[in-house]
Amino acid sequence: MFGDIFNAQFVASSIRVAIPLALAGLGGVFSERSGVINIGLEGMMLTGAFTAVAVTNFAQNPWVGVLAAILVGIFLGLIHAITCITFKANQIVSGVAINLFASGITIFLCWLLFGETQIMVKSSLPIWGLSIPNIGEGSTFVRSMITIFAHHSPLVYLTIIIFALSHIIIFKTPFGLRLRSVGEYPQAADTMGVNIVKMRYIAVMTSGALAGLAGSFLSLEQAHFFVKEMSGGRGFIALAAMIFGKWTPLGTAGAALLFGFGEALSIRLQGVTAVPVQFINMVPYLLAIFVLVSAIGRATPPAADGIPYEKEIG
Amino acid sequence: MPEIALEMKNITKRFPLVVANDKVSFTVYKGEIHALVGENGAGKSTLMSILYGLYQADSGQIFINGKKVNIANPNVAINLKIGMVHQHFMLVPPLTVAENIILGMEPKKNNIFIDMEKAIKRVEELSENMGFKIDPKAKIENISVGIQQRVEIIKVLYRGAEILVMDEPTAVLTPQEVEELFEILRSLKKQGKTIIFITHKLNEVKDLSDRVTVMRRGKVVGVKNTKDTNQEEIASMMVGRKVIFEIEKKPLNLGKTALKVEKLEALSNKGLPAVKNISFEIKEGEILGFAGVEGNGQTELVEVITGLRPASSGKIFLYDKDITNYSPRSIREDKIAHIPEDRRQRGIISNYTVAENLILGNHYRSPFSKGFVLNFTAINNHANNLIKDFDIRPSDKDNLLKSLSGGNQQKVIVARELYGEPKLLIAAQPTRGLDVGSIEFVHQQILNERDKGKAILLISADLEEILSLSDRIAVIYEGEIVDVLDPKKTDEKEIGLLMTGSTTNKKLSKVK
Repeated sequence: MFGDIFNAQFVASSIRVAIPLALAGLGGVFSERSGVINIGLEGMMLTGAFTAVAVTNFAQNPWVGVLAAILVGIFLGLIHAITCITFKANQIVSGVAINLFASGITIFLCWLLFGETQIMVKSSLPIWGLSIPNIGEGSTFVRSMITIFAHHSPLVYLTIIIFALSHIIIFKTPFGLRLRSVGEYPQAADTMGVNIVKMRYIAVMTSGALAGLAGSFLSLEQAHFFVKEMSGGRGFIALAAMIFGKWTPLGTAGAALLFGFGEALSIRLQGVTAVPVQFINMVPYLLAIFVLVSAIGRATPPAADGIPYEKEIG
Repeated sequence: MPEIALEMKNITKRFPLVVANDKVSFTVYKGEIHALVGENGAGKSTLMSILYGLYQADSGQIFINGKKVNIANPNVAINLKIGMVHQHFMLVPPLTVAENIILGMEPKKNNIFIDMEKAIKRVEELSENMGFKIDPKAKIENISVGIQQRVEIIKVLYRGAEILVMDEPTAVLTPQEVEELFEILRSLKKQGKTIIFITHKLNEVKDLSDRVTVMRRGKVVGVKNTKDTNQEEIASMMVGRKVIFEIEKKPLNLGKTALKVEKLEALSNKGLPAVKNISFEIKEGEILGFAGVEGNGQTELVEVITGLRPASSGKIFLYDKDITNYSPRSIREDKIAHIPEDRRQRGIISNYTVAENLILGNHYRSPFSKGFVLNFTAINNHANNLIKDFDIRPSDKDNLLKSLSGGNQQKVIVARELYGEPKLLIAAQPTRGLDVGSIEFVHQQILNERDKGKAILLISADLEEILSLSDRIAVIYEGEIVDVLDPKKTDEKEIGLLMTGSTTNKKLSKVK
């Protein structure tokens, strides 16, 4: 039974499941590195998931759907930015509002446009990479490697590129240096002529774009349908991945893979064991709680995370 | 007539409640060190913030090298070669020295990446040019305050500053560090830089500056050549009345032992030993001063005595009562008063009124509480009495604490802590960030308590304060008392060396 569960297929599915967590978590990294907490990731992801399916079905082209999901994510990011940065509203409240709004608007539009609560995707992205040889052809090793690394949706490869780029942007470019300084000590950045408002807007909108992309992967590639509340707390698990990854892109990717592993495991275990499915479904969430508890104390957020910037009056 | 580097004419800046700058005119010559002095709230920092583009003046003009300029934001100031070293360092702790210096003006490689090698080389060049070495790859959070200040200066020079504004640069430094800073500033002056030096320490004005401008309540009250004036004159210009500098202490009149600390040990927040085997006694009528660089266990020592931090071993006796690891409330009830080092964090609640702040810690006791309700008649009478006795301004008991100046906030704390005749007064950094008038007031209050026969534990980073108030001085270094000195037989230099650990005959003597 053990071999049935932990095989190359399982690893590949862990990676696929990890993609939305990783992308949304990376969104969290950008936003929080600039000093804005974004718990609206969940809602941005859900809206992205709906938009991707709806637009794909109208346009008959999944790439247009993905693009639309990203744009909707950016739009929600813009709303979060306006409330939190320009109007200095409470960032948690704004995030909760986005989540509630997303939950309502997606169901509403789903009924309005399609007359049902679940919509199937009419057109999927192609699988890129090598085709997996039939059993009997080629060695088991080659077959496993192809299954794990070279037979995926283009969005999987795109995610890897996005992560590499984000690492470079955050740690090797002037933009990244400014981003980090704005989230740590905006007063210092201000005196050095860094435009704090601009940096934060860019970061929060990037965060929305990544959450939207995460949502599109979830509906288009993973589920092949949209159903209400389908993000199912993944936006929050993404935040846990961000914290566990210490607000770095690579750390977040690693943590997302760990959570992806948990979720893939819970999918695999269903029907295999006598444990009720409801308990198995808890696995990823329990894993998140466990990881967060063990990470507490060691994980230091950016110092200005969650604090609107105000010039001191003196 | 020397060349004029900077001229600010008739600058007026209003904030909702105050006129921070009222038609201020300020002129600085090229290549001079110009001291800008005044009490807190006199408008010095506002004036410099306007110069640096952090605020816009409501009216008035600024001329740099004779040309009229409009400084809309710090970028404009930087382009005009104005640099500012802020009182609270503007450094990002988790970033490296080099990253902090280049922030906002990064050298680039292939137009995309930060050219770190170039940055590091430039930082090394600039620091060597001023005669010191600095590790460009060290993180700010791991270097001392003195070094951080050098990073600030290099940051300003990296941007090509010709006019340097130093906002109270010595407030956080040890005497040795101050001397080194002055050397750096003098060498910058030799290189032709113009330096504006904000301070309220008058001996520094005398030591360093060529000219001095004095501000009071938003106005310039005088401009002098430093060599033509003296501390007394500057002080009376600042405060608007004569200031007594020499602290007159009555002869020592020791009573019983009030506080006895035996082999006390305690851990820091990080779980490392912070207080190591400390023993001492304070008698009634005596001030024991603890001198030391901040972060050498003083904070933890005070927290242990006041019950805010557990002792890992050792004993604390108030008279004959063992109060080790008692709760803060029962220690307060045993009449230990505490003026905390971090005023805003632990001394006051800034969103509460003066009256409310004046009863904190006694709020649950008669007469301020009856049963489970507050007695506002008693609270208001109490507030009005203390406001009068301690000259708290403005004198309205319903003002929120945050609207008061630092000096008046401190008066509120002192008034509250001295109420109810404490047996032991712990004063930690009691005059930090206060102006001359408030310092004088707080010092007088502490001495009054001493003369009334109270035991006083004084902790201060300001050696002048330690030397002038204490009857005995304990020097603390890395959590240990390294020596105990008689203030009449020592000086700032000796203490300064002891507190930086640069002494060979390290004594672990018990304080008798």
